[in-house]
Amino acid sequence: MAAVIDVQGVSKQFKIHHERHQSLKERLLHPRSGSTEVFHALSGINFTVEQGETVGIVGQNGSGKSTLLKCICGVLKPTTGEIKLRGSLAALLELGAGFQTELSGRDNVYLYGAMLGFSKRMVDAIFDDVVAFSEIEQFIDTQVKFYSSGMYVRLAFAVAVNVDPDILVVDEVLAVGDERFQAKCVDRISRFQDEGRTILLVTHNADQVRALCDRAVVLDGGQMIADGPTQESLRIFREHLFDDVVAHDVAQLHDTISIDAVTTPSGSFEIRSGSALHLDVSVSSKTAYSGNFVMEVFTRGGLLVSRSDAQGSPVNLVPGANVIGIDLAQIPLLDGVYDLNVGIVDHHGHSVIAWREQAASIQVTYDGREGGIVELGASIRQQ
Amino acid sequence: MSDAPSAGQRHRSLDDAPVRVVSARATLSTRLGNLWSRRELLLGLISSDIRIKYKNSTLGLFWSMLSPAFTLAVYFMVFSIFLKNGIPNFVIYLFSGLVVWNMFQNSINTATGVIVDRAALVKKVSFPREILALSNVGAAVVYFVVQLLVLVIFVAALGHAPAWRFLLILPISFVALYFFTSALAIVMSAVNVYLRDMKHLMEVLLQLWFWLTPVVYSYENSIAPHLARHGLSALYFLNPVTLVVVTFQRVFYVSTVVHSTVTGQILHILPTWSFEKFLALNLLLLGVSVLLFVIAEAIFGRLEGNFESEL
Repeated sequence: MAAVIDVQGVSKQFKIHHERHQSLKERLLHPRSGSTEVFHALSGINFTVEQGETVGIVGQNGSGKSTLLKCICGVLKPTTGEIKLRGSLAALLELGAGFQTELSGRDNVYLYGAMLGFSKRMVDAIFDDVVAFSEIEQFIDTQVKFYSSGMYVRLAFAVAVNVDPDILVVDEVLAVGDERFQAKCVDRISRFQDEGRTILLVTHNADQVRALCDRAVVLDGGQMIADGPTQESLRIFREHLFDDVVAHDVAQLHDTISIDAVTTPSGSFEIRSGSALHLDVSVSSKTAYSGNFVMEVFTRGGLLVSRSDAQGSPVNLVPGANVIGIDLAQIPLLDGVYDLNVGIVDHHGHSVIAWREQAASIQVTYDGREGGIVELGASIRQQ
Repeated sequence: MSDAPSAGQRHRSLDDAPVRVVSARATLSTRLGNLWSRRELLLGLISSDIRIKYKNSTLGLFWSMLSPAFTLAVYFMVFSIFLKNGIPNFVIYLFSGLVVWNMFQNSINTATGVIVDRAALVKKVSFPREILALSNVGAAVVYFVVQLLVLVIFVAALGHAPAWRFLLILPISFVALYFFTSALAIVMSAVNVYLRDMKHLMEVLLQLWFWLTPVVYSYENSIAPHLARHGLSALYFLNPVTLVVVTFQRVFYVSTVVHSTVTGQILHILPTWSFEKFLALNLLLLGVSVLLFVIAEAIFGRLEGNFESEL
C-alpha cells in the first residue's frame, strides 16, 4: 500500500501584526513600525498515512490541528517542509465556504464540485445522489441565501462525500445537522472505510476518535507528541489535556507512580453475565500520594459502556507496592469482550498521574436471548 | 478520478496515482500546470460571475451592451457634434476602440479587489487563487464578445466594409490583449491584499490610461506630429493597449486618411503601416504579453504565501 499522505518536516509560522498598516499612507509614514511577532503554529511535523487508514488528529484548541489540516488540503502553504498527496482529496473544512449565496443550490453543487477539482461530467453523474443525501429536493433550485443553516451545511456535506474522493478530510463537522443526519454522516464515513478510502479526522472528541480511527496523531502547542495506535495516543492526549488545566507540577509524579497489572483472584477474566467479579490493581509508587482512582469500560468496537466520574474514588498510596480492589457485584453485560482502562488522578480530577489503557480485558458469556451490550432484564406482560 | 462511485466495492489502489506536493514554493511550471488543470473551475467561476451580476435584473446581459452604448453616444456627441473633430463615420472609429478599452478597464477594475472580496473562500478552499482574477478577465471577455457582435452588426448595417486582409491580425491582437490584461489583473489582485489603496489608485490610473490611449481622439492626427518632432513616437506605443486599439480601428474603420467633414482638409487618422508591419508588431506584442503573464504568475506565487496573515 502506498503512503497517500506524507507529511515531512512541516512547520508553519504566522506573522501576527500588532499594528496593521494596510493603506499606502500608513505604509509610507511607518515603513518599519507596527511590530510583528512570529507565531509558530506547527513545528517539525512528520507522519504518513497509508491508503485505507483512518487517522485521527487530536489536540486542544490552538494546538495547531486545524492549521495542519489546512496545509494538507493546500489552503495554507507550510513555511518549511512539504506534504505529498496521492489521489483526489475532498475536505469538509468549513462547510459551504465556497457557496455563492446568490446562486441556486443546483449551481452551487456544480461550482463547489469544480472547486474541489471535479469535472462537470463527474458532478452530473452524482448529482441525484447529492440531492437525495442532502434531503433538500424541493429547494435545489432556490437561491442558497434563502436556505436555513442546516440545509446549507447538509448540501455542502452531500457534495463532499459524494464526489468520490480518495482522501476525505473531516474537521469537527460531524456535529452538523440533527441527530439523524449525524448518524447518516457517521454511517457514510464507515462505508468509506469499508471501501478502503483514507480518512483524516480532526477533533477534540476522544470518543469519536476511539470509535472511528485506527491510529491517532496528537498535537500540543504545534508539536507532535504522539503518533500511534488510538488507545496509546489518547492516553498521551489525556495526560497533556489534564496537565494544562492545572499548572502545578505533575510531571515529576509521572515516573513515580505506575499501574503495573490488573489481576483476578482466580487468574481468569472469563465470567458469566450476571455474576460478580473482583479485580486487583497493583500500583507501585515511590512516594506517598493521595489521589483518586478512575476506571472506564469500553466494548471492542470502541463504545463507552461506563466511566466513573472524573472525581473517582479516593485512594491513599504508600511508598512501595499498593493494591486497589475493584468489586463488581453483578455484571449486567452481554456476550463480548470488554476493555478496562484504569488510572489515578489528582483530587480535582484535573491531572492524570498514572494511566493504563486496556489494563484488562473481560470476556463475558451470556446464556440468555437478549442482544446488545447490557441486560435490562425486562419482564413483559399484558395488562 | 473517473471511477463512478459504487457502494461497498473495494476502492482502487493509489499506488500509481500522481503525487501532488504542497510546499512553501511551487515551481513556475507547476503553477502554470495547476492553472491549466483547473480550467473547468475558471469557466464555472466566469459563468457564476455573469449570472450573479445580472441575477435580479430583468434585462440581464443586455445591460452589458446598454452601458457601453450610452458611453458611445456621449463621446460621439461631445467630440463629433460639439467639438467638431471632423472625422467622418466617427461612431465606427470610437466604437472599435471602445470595445477594446472596455474589456481592459472592466477586467482591471473588477480583478484588483477580488482576492480581498473573496477572502472567506481564499482562506477555506484550496485552488489556484489567481483563477479568481482570471475569472473577472474572463467575464470581461464575454462582455467584449457581445459588444464586438454589436459592432459587427452596426458596421454591416452602415454598409461599411471592414479591411478584410487585416482581419487576420485581429485574433492575434486580441489574444495579446488577453494575456496583457490577465498579467496586470493577477499582479494587482495580489498587491491589493497588502496595499488596500491599490483598488482606488487603479481607478484613478485607469482614467489617465484611457486618455493615453487613442480611443476618442486620433493618434496620427493629434499626437503623432508632436511626438515625432522630438523623436519620441515609440514612447506612445509602450502602452500595449494602444496597438490593440489601433489594430481594431484599422480593421473596422479602414481608412487611414480622410477628408474632414468640417473643413474639407486632409486628416491623417491611422498609421499608414503595411499589413506586414501590423502583423509583426502584434506578434511582438503577443510575445511580450505572454512573457508578462508568466512573470505575473511568478510574482503572484511570491505574494500568495502571506495572504492568510493579511486577509
